[in-house]
Amino acid sequence: MADNFKFNVDGRELQAKPGTLLIDACRAAGIEVPAFCYYPGLSLQAACRMCLVEIEKTPKLQTACTTPVAEGMIVRTSTPIVVDARRAMLELLLANHPLDCPVCDKGGECELQDMVFRYGAAESRFREEKRHVDEQQWSPVVYYDAPRCILCYRCVRVCGEGMDVWALGVVNRGARSEIAPNHGDHLDCEECGMCIDICPVGALTSGAYRYRARPWEIKYVSTICTHCGDGCKTTLSVRNGKILRGNNRDHSGINGEFLCIKGRYGYDFIENPNRIRTPLIRKDGKLVEASWEQAIQTIAAKWKEILHRRETGTQEAQAFGVIGSNHTTNEENYILQKFARTVLKTNNIDHHRTVDYAALIRAIANAIAKPVGDSAARPASDFLARSKDLSIASAVLVIGGNPTDQHPLLAWNIREGCRLNGTRLYVINSRRIPLARKTFRFLPIAEGGEQNALEFLRGERDAEKRLQGATPGGREVTAEFLNDFRDKLGQEKDLIVLFEAALSGECVAQLVEWGSRLPGRTRFIAQGDYSNSRGAADMGLLPNALPGYASVEDNDARLRFENAWSTTVPAEPGMPLHDMLAAAAQGKLESLYVIGANPLKGWDTAASLGGCFVVVQDLFLTETALVADVVLPAASAYEKSGTVTNTCGELQKLSKGMEVMGTRADLDIFSRLAGALGVTQAPLKSEEVLEEIRKLVSGYGVPLVNIVAGGAELVAPLDGFQPVSATHTANVKSSRDTLFTSGTLGRYSSSLQAVPERTTRTEPDPA
Amino acid sequence: MPSQPSEHEVRVLSRRFGLPNSASIDTYLANDGYRALEKALKEMTPDSILEELKVSNLRGRGGAGFPTGMKWSFVPRQSPKPKYIVCNADESEPGTCKDRLLMEYDPHQLIEGILIAGIVVGSHQGYIYVRGEYRYLIDILDRALEEAYARGYLGKNILGSGFDFDLYTHTGAGAYECGEESALLESLEGKRGIPRIRPPFPAVAGLYASPTVLNNVETFSSVPPIIVNGGKWYAELGTPRNGGTRLFVLSGHVKRPGVYELPMGTPLRKLIYDVGGGIIGDKKLKAVIPGGSSTPVLTADAIDTPLDFDSVAKAGSMLGSGAVIVMHEDTCIVRAALRIMQFYAHESCGWCIPCREGTNWLKKTLTRFHSGGGREEDIGLIEDLAKNMLGRTFCPLGDAAAMPTIAFVQKFRNEFEMHLAGQPCPFEKHGQLVGA
Ligand SMILES: Cc1cc2nc3c(=O)[nH]c(=O)nc-3n(C[C@H](O)[C@H](O)[C@H](O)COP(=O)(O)O)c2cc1C
Ligand code: SF4
Ligand code: SF4
Ligand code: SF4
Ligand code: FES
Repeated sequence: MADNFKFNVDGRELQAKPGTLLIDACRAAGIEVPAFCYYPGLSLQAACRMCLVEIEKTPKLQTACTTPVAEGMIVRTSTPIVVDARRAMLELLLANHPLDCPVCDKGGECELQDMVFRYGAAESRFREEKRHVDEQQWSPVVYYDAPRCILCYRCVRVCGEGMDVWALGVVNRGARSEIAPNHGDHLDCEECGMCIDICPVGALTSGAYRYRARPWEIKYVSTICTHCGDGCKTTLSVRNGKILRGNNRDHSGINGEFLCIKGRYGYDFIENPNRIRTPLIRKDGKLVEASWEQAIQTIAAKWKEILHRRETGTQEAQAFGVIGSNHTTNEENYILQKFARTVLKTNNIDHHRTVDYAALIRAIANAIAKPVGDSAARPASDFLARSKDLSIASAVLVIGGNPTDQHPLLAWNIREGCRLNGTRLYVINSRRIPLARKTFRFLPIAEGGEQNALEFLRGERDAEKRLQGATPGGREVTAEFLNDFRDKLGQEKDLIVLFEAALSGECVAQLVEWGSRLPGRTRFIAQGDYSNSRGAADMGLLPNALPGYASVEDNDARLRFENAWSTTVPAEPGMPLHDMLAAAAQGKLESLYVIGANPLKGWDTAASLGGCFVVVQDLFLTETALVADVVLPAASAYEKSGTVTNTCGELQKLSKGMEVMGTRADLDIFSRLAGALGVTQAPLKSEEVLEEIRKLVSGYGVPLVNIVAGGAELVAPLDGFQPVSATHTANVKSSRDTLFTSGTLGRYSSSLQAVPERTTRTEPDPA
Repeated sequence: MPSQPSEHEVRVLSRRFGLPNSASIDTYLANDGYRALEKALKEMTPDSILEELKVSNLRGRGGAGFPTGMKWSFVPRQSPKPKYIVCNADESEPGTCKDRLLMEYDPHQLIEGILIAGIVVGSHQGYIYVRGEYRYLIDILDRALEEAYARGYLGKNILGSGFDFDLYTHTGAGAYECGEESALLESLEGKRGIPRIRPPFPAVAGLYASPTVLNNVETFSSVPPIIVNGGKWYAELGTPRNGGTRLFVLSGHVKRPGVYELPMGTPLRKLIYDVGGGIIGDKKLKAVIPGGSSTPVLTADAIDTPLDFDSVAKAGSMLGSGAVIVMHEDTCIVRAALRIMQFYAHESCGWCIPCREGTNWLKKTLTRFHSGGGREEDIGLIEDLAKNMLGRTFCPLGDAAAMPTIAFVQKFRNEFEMHLAGQPCPFEKHGQLVGA
């Protein structure tokens, strides 16, 4: 690597790598250089002229945002000329600015206000009439007020370069220049709101937040988005116990500044009028409101009866089935399975599995145990990638799925890698997914052809033949193309492979085996659907696995938990989700306990859960809740604390943003139910549960400092027992949510419901 | 029609103007046409052509006066990407209408100049970017291109030399800013016409980020005579460091406005009084804008300035595009400043703050000022705003708006003062009012 350049700024000797922009070098040294249009990671504009500095031997002031540092350069950032230039720019900028700060959403957190405060020009010499144009609404969530716009083009770039959506542009010229949406007067885009977030002034405002608060009245709560599996950190703006906004302006956490529409606006299901706020008990076939006490006692009475019958051996059917959630916290999931296994004494516990995490963990454990050839055993970190690694890896392979719609953060990171770090992106897909625009190599396959493609990668001749020929999208796949694809991929030394539900069980094992034969390090990300799918699997919401994928049949593993819990755990694997439903339908299950899940959606025998006593704990009256005997109103992720694990395995912390009257956190409900059954659920508090998890669950003994500070730690459940083998892979099914849907929660989010793209965004064309 | 020729002219580029069917290839061929190309292809090397150009002291006629030979030598000889030749025919600087004549009356001379540029840098493709309002010229150019293709001066294997070259016309859509070279390239690529960050310069990364030679119509048109007659001959037509002749566009209050080809270094007095026949009504000269609306105004004292790049610069202005705008004693300087600012406010592309906001603010203030609403402090404000723009904008259009404004205020402050305190414009009572 080339030596650092040495140069002088304001009398200080500085150093920086060749190619570093002067503005970055100055900022790194704590020397302030103001900027509107410069934005790290986006293309250079040199438009606002705020960053002008004096450089010796150049006659004119230079823009620090476009000037790379040079050896021996002498720079001054605060001479009278520079100060005057900044003040002049601000004066010019303010000339036509409406200065409606008192009513502007941005007042108090506006970069223009801050600049004027710091660099002057508060007094205007402008005596002419200001230009006025009316505010425009571009979508249910995006508004544009042209007079406030300072034309820094950040919105245009973040939408184009960052999102690869290119929905914004500049129209007209001179003082009439303004930003315009792609359909003239309205947007057709991903509605992510990144443009609003990046706008330094109040020109772009959020339909959800506008005119609702002043920044200084707000309490900021950092938590994790509860929608997809990527686990973006979001900062909630809370005023008077209400969440008014979600953004991530401090750029902290795994997602930096990124949020998609769900993270930014999708918290609004919280206050949906359909939210259940009181427990409901079925009376004469109808669900009627009840007190918490009545509801808990009703359940306890029924369950005691079932438990008693089982103890006395008078029962034929399976006693209990438990279906957990992809949204509840790790602590809740952990306690739920503990409750199921130690109080209800059953392994009939499962959740909607959207990707086969168990298979991945097991495959990695095998690869570590049996390294290819005679290479040394590799650490788990050589197999698991963090989300941010996608932006820096030299190559990424996406097999199936559509990350742009299903994993917006992962897609954002992949695009960033392609854009800024030259990541080579390989995509294998049956559709021209949006990421295809960024690919180094795109391999079109038939619908459902992911397994075949894997066989091809593994060198199977027949599979290769099947890939050849014309594709539905009208492309021609030749033998040369296929060989080139596999050869190029075969040379990658730092590859991250993303797969989803199309590959499960044995296929995942084969994929990992193939990857570990590549010359360098190959890491994997299994893309599961919801905010804590990974946590649900890790915490043992699985019929055959204890937390950390320890097999219930493994005596040592069981003993370890039994000792810690001072009780016994059934050794027989339980029924997976669909077997439980089938058993219930056939009258072979006495009680089904469903927490934050809606298994009956799309389940055709819904009407006939028969005599099974169904308890549902949820936010809304889902299809499942509608047939329940008792419904308990639960708190959402935004209303509680705890931890969640994203699809890459990054452990992060939730913080409580607000409370919804009448509801209770699931953890609370578990301990009340246990209490009513005469068992003391311990530990009680979320923090204490986490301590137990850290002690007992493979991979979770990570330090908490970072997590508490709003960061994340990668967990690799690979330091304990041999993980369970994947069973019942037929049960692995993606929910196929889009950018604008999010299971049950999405149905009750008014923002997600309001954006027109929810219905107009079509599936990508066949590849 | 080209203007009536003047006996003072030295007609090199314009020598075929006025011949019957001067735009046709036959007229061109009958009058030395494509001889330079033949010579360049058969008798010269890229290096020897470059050498002649350097000796000729030809400086760009688009405004900045950058030595053409040097510009062409910046293009890397080896390039993995194709190289392009782009002709700037966007001619939009107020007062300027010389390129139009070169295209209308001698399009083949331009084509030949472009071809020679192609030979020098090893490019095989070129574009002529024509100002949107010059649409009728596109037809003339396209006809000339057709003729050149038909006779083997364009296309494959030109004159049996093995050299290929394709040339296309492309029209702008009415933006002055698209005459700025990098904005032109953006526009040519089909994007919004806003300038680019430089470096890199077009010679290294121009059209489609490939090495590009970009010159003005007149610059390219000057190349064939240089090749035919030699760089030394051309240089000697002008003054040291300012080779050759150029087309001066004389407008304003002169008796015989027009486009005249004169040697570089011709004194301003000669242009106005001998070539132009003097001032209308034999009035007193008040001011001259020597190089298009973007150059600072000169007062009558500068009448003996030789019109070459260096001398005009020494006099405090710029030779620019060679458009000389003459204003006599009845001209309202405030009105002239306003008219010019209206143009720049209209043409500012809006990309950068100082130009977008500055031109708009100045236009508004000058409008109020000229119509009698001025205040004492406005005079300082006008000068100060222009100074705040100067040297701080993204592209030179901001400077082009600022420089004349500063000069008007500094050199004609008294006229600004005459407009103060609600008095109507003191010049309006004189009736005839001709703005810049
Ligand atoms: C705002 C602006 C407008 C310009 N318009 C023209 C134009 O219309 N024609 C032109 O030849 N050059 C124009 N130029 C100069 C070009 O940027 C460029 O310098 C020139 O075309 C180079 O050719 P030359 O070296 O042959 O002069 C303009 C420059 C600026 C800043
Ligand atoms: S809307 Fe905001 S981000 Fe976009 S250009 Fe205007 S000020 Fe910049
Ligand atoms: S990418 Fe996923 S986690 Fe991030 S904001 Fe969107 S839905 Fe939430
Ligand atoms: S100075 Fe700025 S606003 Fe003016 S034309 Fe150039 S880039 Fe556009
Ligand atoms: S930050 Fe450099 S010009 Fe805007």
